[in-house]
Amino acid sequence: MATASRTLDAPTGMAGTSSDELAALELERGRLSLKPFSLLAVILFWQALALLNGAIHFYNPKLFPAPADIALAGWALAEKGDLQRHLAASVGRVAIGFAISAPIAILLGVMVAKMRLFETIVDPLVEALRPIPTLALLPIIILWFGIGETSKVFFIAYSCFFVIFTTTVLGVRNVDPVLVRAAQSLGLSRLRVYRHVIFPSALPDVLVGLRLGLSVGFFVIVAAEFIAADTGLGYLINYSRTWFQVDNMMLGAVVIGALGITSNYLLVALERHLFRWRVTSR
Amino acid sequence: MGQAKLAFEHVTKVYVATRGARPAVAVQDFSLEVPENSFQCLLGPSGCGKSTLLNMAAGFVSPTSGAILVDGQPIGGAGADRGVVFQEYALFPWYTVLENVELGPRARGVPTAPRRELAEHYLGMVGLLDHRHKYPKELSGGMKQRVAIARTLANDPAIMLMDEPFGALDAQTREALQDQLLEIWETTRKTVLFVTHSIQEAVVLSDAIALLEAHPGRLVDVIHNHLPRPRERTAAQVVELEKHIYGRRYVSDAAHALG
Repeated sequence: MATASRTLDAPTGMAGTSSDELAALELERGRLSLKPFSLLAVILFWQALALLNGAIHFYNPKLFPAPADIALAGWALAEKGDLQRHLAASVGRVAIGFAISAPIAILLGVMVAKMRLFETIVDPLVEALRPIPTLALLPIIILWFGIGETSKVFFIAYSCFFVIFTTTVLGVRNVDPVLVRAAQSLGLSRLRVYRHVIFPSALPDVLVGLRLGLSVGFFVIVAAEFIAADTGLGYLINYSRTWFQVDNMMLGAVVIGALGITSNYLLVALERHLFRWRVTSR
Repeated sequence: MGQAKLAFEHVTKVYVATRGARPAVAVQDFSLEVPENSFQCLLGPSGCGKSTLLNMAAGFVSPTSGAILVDGQPIGGAGADRGVVFQEYALFPWYTVLENVELGPRARGVPTAPRRELAEHYLGMVGLLDHRHKYPKELSGGMKQRVAIARTLANDPAIMLMDEPFGALDAQTREALQDQLLEIWETTRKTVLFVTHSIQEAVVLSDAIALLEAHPGRLVDVIHNHLPRPRERTAAQVVELEKHIYGRRYVSDAAHALG
C-alpha cells in the first residue's frame, strides 16, 4: 500500500513543472535586471547628445531639452509646490472618477452576465456607446457639467466604465458551469454560489479590467485638463506650451507616465498576491 | 427492503435543438430502482444517455416526462442529499484541498473546528491528509479525484452520483482508485449510482448493472452481480461476467442494426 500510494501521490510531471518554473523565474529576473539599463542607456545618450550640442550647436535646446534640464525644471516646480499641487489634482480626479466608475461597472457587468432582462436592456446601449471615443464627448460633457471638477470626474468615470464592464461580463460568463453544478450539489444556496464560485472565478478578469480602467483614466485626464482646468498635469503641460517651457511640458509627460507605471505595477502585485492558486501563465 | 432509495419512473428526455435541427431523444422511457446501500452502474456506449440520466438524478437537468424519486419523493433541483463526483473533478481552484472539502459543511453552518475535523477525517480516508494545504493545480488527476470524493463524502449525502469519475485517468491509477472507492464504500455504505462505459469497471464495482443502448438511449437489461468482493480483475468468474455482458451488447446491437 505504501509504495502504491507513493506512486499515486506523485503529481504528474512534477519534475518538469518545477524546472519550467525555475527557468521562468530566472528569465523574469534577467529581464527585470536588464530593463532599467536599456532606459538608462537612452537617457545617457540623450544627455550626451545635449552636451555635444552645447559644443557644436546643431539643434535648438529650447525645443528639445536634455534630461538634466527636465529634472531641474521638476526640482524648481517641486520647490514652489506647483508640481505636488498639479500631481494631487490629477491623481485625485482619476481616483474619484475611478472609484465611482468601478462599482457601477462591476455591478452592471454581473447583472448583464447573469440576467436576461439586463442583457437585453443594457447590452445594446453599451455596444452603441462603446465605439465613440470618449474624447469626442468631452466638449459636450463640459457644456453639461461646466468647467468645474464635476465634468472631469464624470468624464473619467465614463471613460473607465467600458473596459471594466466588459471584462466583468466576460469573467462572469466564463465561469465553468461544472463548478456551479458542483457547488449546487454540495447544497450551496444561490447567494453562496455567487460568493464561493462566481465571484472568485470572475475576479481575475475583473482585476484586469480595473487595471486597464485605471490606465484609461490616466490616459484621458490629460486631455480633460487641457481643455478645462486650472490645476493638474494636463493643465501644466498646456499652460507651459503658452510660455514655451518645453522642459515643463516634458516633465508633465514623464510624471504622467510614471503614474501609469506605478499604478499598473501595484495592481499587478495585488493580482500576483491574490491569485496564487492560478496556473502560472503569461 | 421495500422502497428504492433512488428511482427513475418512465423518464424521457428530449433535447429540442436550435432551429432547423430535429429534436434528439436522449433517453426514452427509462425506469430503474436503486435500492438503499447498493452500488449500481449505468453502463453503455456514448450516446446512450447515461450522463443525461445522472444529470437528471442530480437535478441539473429536468426530464421531459416521467419522474425521479428519492425515498419516494420527487426531487426538486440539485440538493445536498445527492452528492456528485464529476469526471472533470470540479474542484474549486481558488480553495485549498482542505477548503474544498470543508465547503459543504461550511455552507451548512457547521462551526470551524468540527468541520475541519470532518474534512481531515475524509481526507485521511482517501490518503491525502498531507496534501491538505495544497491548491488543486498542484495535484495529479488521480489525487484531484480523491479530493473530490472526500469533498462529497464530507457533505454526508444519502446518495453518491458518479459520472465516469475515473474516465480521464490512466489505467493504473484508475484501478487503484476503483479499489479505494470500494474500500470506502464498504465502510460508508452510501447508495451509489456510477456511470461508466467500461464493462470491467462495472463488473468489478457494482451490485447491479443497468445496461443501456444508444439512439435513442434506453434500458436493455439489469444484470445482477453477486460475485464476492474483493473481485480479482483476472478471476475466471469476473472475466466470465464481462464476456456475458459483452455478448449481450453485441447481440442486441446486431439485432438493432438488422431490425
